[in-house]
This record gives sequence, structure tokens and C-alpha cells, in this order.
Amino acid sequence: MIGAILREAWKSMGANKLRTFLTMLGMVIGVGAVILMLAIGQGAQLVVKQAIASMGSNLFIVLSSFSTSSGVRTSTGSAPTLNLNDARALLELNTVAEVAPMQPGTRQVVYGANNWNTQIYGVTPAYFTVRDWTVAEGEPLYDTDVRNATRVAVIGQTVLDRLFGDEAAIGKTIRLENIPFTVVGILSGKGQSFDGRDQDDTVLIPISTAQRKVFGSQFPNSVRLIMVQAVSEAAMPQAEEDIGRLLRERRRIPEGQEPDFTVRNLSAVADVQAQTTKVMSLLLGAVACVSLVVGGIGIMNIMLVSVTERTREIGIRMAIGARRRDILAQFLLEAIIVSVLGCIIGVALGVGGSALAVRVTGIYAEVTVWSVLLSFAVAAFIGVFFGFYPARKAAWLKPIEALRYQ
Amino acid sequence: MTEQPARVVVGVEHLHKQYETAAGPVPVLKDVNVTVRQGEFVAVMGPSGSGKSTFMNILGCLDTPTSGRYMLDGNDTSALDSDRLARLRNRFIGFVFQGFNLLPRASLVENVALPLVYAGVGRKERGVRARELLVRVGLERHMEHMPSQISGGQQQRVAIARSLANHPSMILADEPTGNLDSATTHEIMDLFSELNVDAGITIVLVTHESDVARYAKRQVTFVDGIVVHDGAVSEGEAVHR
Repeated sequence: MIGAILREAWKSMGANKLRTFLTMLGMVIGVGAVILMLAIGQGAQLVVKQAIASMGSNLFIVLSSFSTSSGVRTSTGSAPTLNLNDARALLELNTVAEVAPMQPGTRQVVYGANNWNTQIYGVTPAYFTVRDWTVAEGEPLYDTDVRNATRVAVIGQTVLDRLFGDEAAIGKTIRLENIPFTVVGILSGKGQSFDGRDQDDTVLIPISTAQRKVFGSQFPNSVRLIMVQAVSEAAMPQAEEDIGRLLRERRRIPEGQEPDFTVRNLSAVADVQAQTTKVMSLLLGAVACVSLVVGGIGIMNIMLVSVTERTREIGIRMAIGARRRDILAQFLLEAIIVSVLGCIIGVALGVGGSALAVRVTGIYAEVTVWSVLLSFAVAAFIGVFFGFYPARKAAWLKPIEALRYQ
Repeated sequence: MTEQPARVVVGVEHLHKQYETAAGPVPVLKDVNVTVRQGEFVAVMGPSGSGKSTFMNILGCLDTPTSGRYMLDGNDTSALDSDRLARLRNRFIGFVFQGFNLLPRASLVENVALPLVYAGVGRKERGVRARELLVRVGLERHMEHMPSQISGGQQQRVAIARSLANHPSMILADEPTGNLDSATTHEIMDLFSELNVDAGITIVLVTHESDVARYAKRQVTFVDGIVVHDGAVSEGEAVHR
């Protein structure tokens, strides 16, 4: 019986190939769009998630603020208002777990005939802790390196590639501002940060070495920024307050007056980023779902036409002994076959489209199993939902009226 | 040894049918009483508007009477839901229509097998039975053809084969020759006679052509919703006696 109905449905679809194709096209485009959009959304979320994870957790960045010399505001972090003593004082706070003062700068690094322009960070060993970063090979920086201002460097993966290629790097000498540094360690790969920078394009050196030898600051003890890690996520609001109060006290800046430093909650920035991506992928999915519904309405439309066209056939079937449920099953099955077949083609199209998007645009897109399952479920549901009304209309025809229909 | 009276296939008692219209109820059948026994060949006659089509629709379980009783082969058809009526049509009645009413996209074999689909017969058996029936109506050379590829007379043969698929208690033929020329009409009527005489199949046929009615053994004539004549076809008029 089911076999006969299936063959019947197949035949009536085959009898009107162009119409069946066009009906299916609505489903194909709808499902393809859903798969592709969800893949792109998923990809974007994954990228952001990785970036956030690579940043380190519960972080604040304290920057020296603009300085208003002669009424001209210079860029944030340019005034030498923070120093290593501030960093030491911050570490005393109960809500603070770790403090990593930093002196960043961009310089040319040279190894043999190769050179590369990269971010140089003068850091303390705490930097490895707050960034949750380890060396893949060799040694990190130690307190003795900072105390003695040794000329050692830990290099990122990108720098390793650019300067050394396949060569071993540990123990080799690179030059920074013509000063020789021994490579003691290689950082593990971190990938992109949430704002899109390549975090592996970096060279870490002891902060003392950076201040005294490489950047040659006129204020030897000053640092451009301090990374502060709170003891826990729950402690972050309290930590932010504590940091602000402590730094104001040390500078004797009263409440209400604009401070000469800025405290940024990095996690909050990242959360906004994650939220944005999530909303974006939801929007993409919603738009794609609209096209799926439009596809479903297309199926309903065609099924209604088909029922009217085949009224006489329905009458014949009823006279010969078809029950209402036989007629209902026939039309419903036809709608479901169209939508599920459309869905299969749509999934193929969506998966292919995602692969193409990755290759052509370099966007990261990931087709998930659940998005495919979801599409199938939605397609079957649409087949039943939009097929039911026309099928019911067919099944509830009166046999004599259907037979008389011309 | 007395002959047992044949089984009653159609038992219609005090049948009334009226249609509700804006201008009030219009009676179409008024107190109709007809009994058809196994093996009979009845021609239902009457001018258009006489109520004979409505009568046929009720006999075919396609329509229900306003009042009165209709027993089909021992089954009381009043108060049956649409599914049970569909089952009765499927098992007890074979329809032959004026317009043939074959499914245009199905082959002859598939058309003949259609009642078997709704009776729940397996695919293999359906094919065997449909082929047998097509051979019986003389269409063994056209089994896999489509209805559009054969003549009107041949299409009506297919419809007759289809009507026989489930061994019905009777064949209901509604103006079966209305769309055919006279030569083909006689061929089709010969086939009905043959089925009636040789196989003992009960046939109720609606026609307004007396030529066609002469093939039957009994005539029932309607005028204005009343049976005005019910009797055997006279010896002189009858064909194939």
C-alpha cells in the first residue's frame, strides 16, 4: 500500500517535471541558505571563542592615559605615568592574582640574511602566567633575566617561520637594534586575537633589557602598560575598583578628577565581541529560515493547484474505494517527498557553498551535524505543515462532486 | 426440487431524497422501492431530471438518501461513515462511467489494478489479476499502453475490467455507451451481456437509449422521482435471450 502510494507520488511528480523542480528549488535555496549561514555563523563564533581563550582569563589592562601637555592630548599609553613600582603595589591587592608590566614596541629583528618587523614586548615572567602562554621549545624568561637585564629572547611561531624557516632556532643569535640576543625559547602558537592581530608575531625579552637597551626610554622605570589578572571572574568588579583607587592614591588624584591612567576590562571587550558574533549568526539563521518558510509556502501553493487540477482523479479514486486517509496520505507524501528531496539537494548545496566560501573568501565556516539534522527536521515539518491543508482539502472532497468536476 | 430464489443484492425500501435549495427543499426521489437479485441485468431508464442519476449515486454509495433504507448485499448503508462507504464501494460495487474515468497517467494494467490497491492486495497479485481481466475484455495486446493511446471503446473495456477487479456484487454502469458510436456501443453491450449471462454478474445500467436498454432483462423507469414501470423486457424487444 505504502509502496503503491510512493510510486504514485513519484509518478505525479515526474509528470510535471518543471513544476516539481521549481517547487523544490524553493526548498533547495532555503535549506542551502540555512546550512551556509549557520556554518558561517558557527565559524565566526569559533574564531572569537579561540581568540578569547588565547587572551588569558580575568584580565585588565592598565594604560597610562593621555597627557595634556600644552592642551594637546597625545594618544593613550604614550605618557610615561606608570612604572614598575605601580606594578609591585598592584600585586599587594587582595583581588589581584598576578601583575605583568609590559613595555611594547615595534622593531626590526635580524637573523643572518633575514629580517622581520615585529612586536617586541619587554615583559616579566608573570606575562606567561597572565596570558596563559607556555614555551613549545626551550625556556621561558626568568626573574634572574629581568634582574640582570640579560640579552635573551623568546620568539613567537610567526617570527620563527620568518627568520629561521626550517632551521633550529634555540641558541641562535638574533639582532634587535644591532644588539645581539640569544633565542632561549619558542612560544606555542596562539593564533589570532579577538581584534584580528597575529599574536604569534612577537618577540619577548626581559623588561629591564627592553627599557635600558632596546627602547632607551628617558624614564628608565616607566612602563607603557600593566596587565592585571584578577583572582576570579567574580572578583573582577571589585578588582577594577581596587586598581583605580590604589593608582589614584599613589598619584594623589582626588575622586572626580580625571586620572592619568585607564583601566580596561579585556574580558568585557571580548564578551561584547562574542555577543556581537552570536547576534550576527542568529540574524543570518533567521534570514535563512525566512527563505525556508517561503519555500514551504511555494510547496503549499503548488499542492493547492495540484489538488484542483486532479479533482476528477480524486473522485475516481474515491469511487473505486479510496478512503479519506488514502487520499490524504497520497498528497501529504507528495509534499513531504518534494520538501525532503529539496532538503537533500539543499544540504549538498550548503555544504558545497560553505567549502567554497572558505576557499574563496578565507572566512572560517563550519558545517555542523546539528544544522544538517535541523534542516531535515524543518524540511519534513514544512512538508507536513504546508502539505496538510491541500491534502486535507483533497481528502474532504465529496466523491460525487469530485467526479462531476470538469 | 424447487429452485432457491437468488440472493438480494440491492434492497431499496421507501427511499426518499431531497435537496435543500434557497427556494426550499426539492424532492428528487419519492418513496422508491426496488429489489435487485443476484444475476439480474437491470436497465434504469427515464428522462433527464427524473431522478435516475440520483438513484444511481445512492446505489453506488456516492450519495446518501434523506430517508428510507438501502441494503447492499446484506449491509445496511444508512449511518455509515465515509470510510465504511468507501470500503463498500471498493468491495461490492464496480463502476463504469460514461466518460470512462481512467487515470490518464497510469498504464492499463495499473488502472485495472487500482481497486486492488485500496483493497490491500499485494503488488504481485495485483499485476496477475489485472492482466487476467484485461485478457478477459480482449485487450491482451495493450496491457502496458496508456489510456490516451487506445480508442474510446477500448477505454470502456478497461473500465469494465477495472470494475471487475474485486469480484463485486454488482456493476453499476452510468450511461456507459453515451460517448461511443453505435458499432462500439453494441460491442460494449455485448460484453456486458456476456458477463451477465456467462459469468452471472449482476448489472445495473442507466441509459436513456432504448436500443441499449434492450440488452437488459428488466427495465425500471423513473419519471419525476417515482418508479413508473418495473418489469421484464418483452420477448420481442430483447437482445441475446
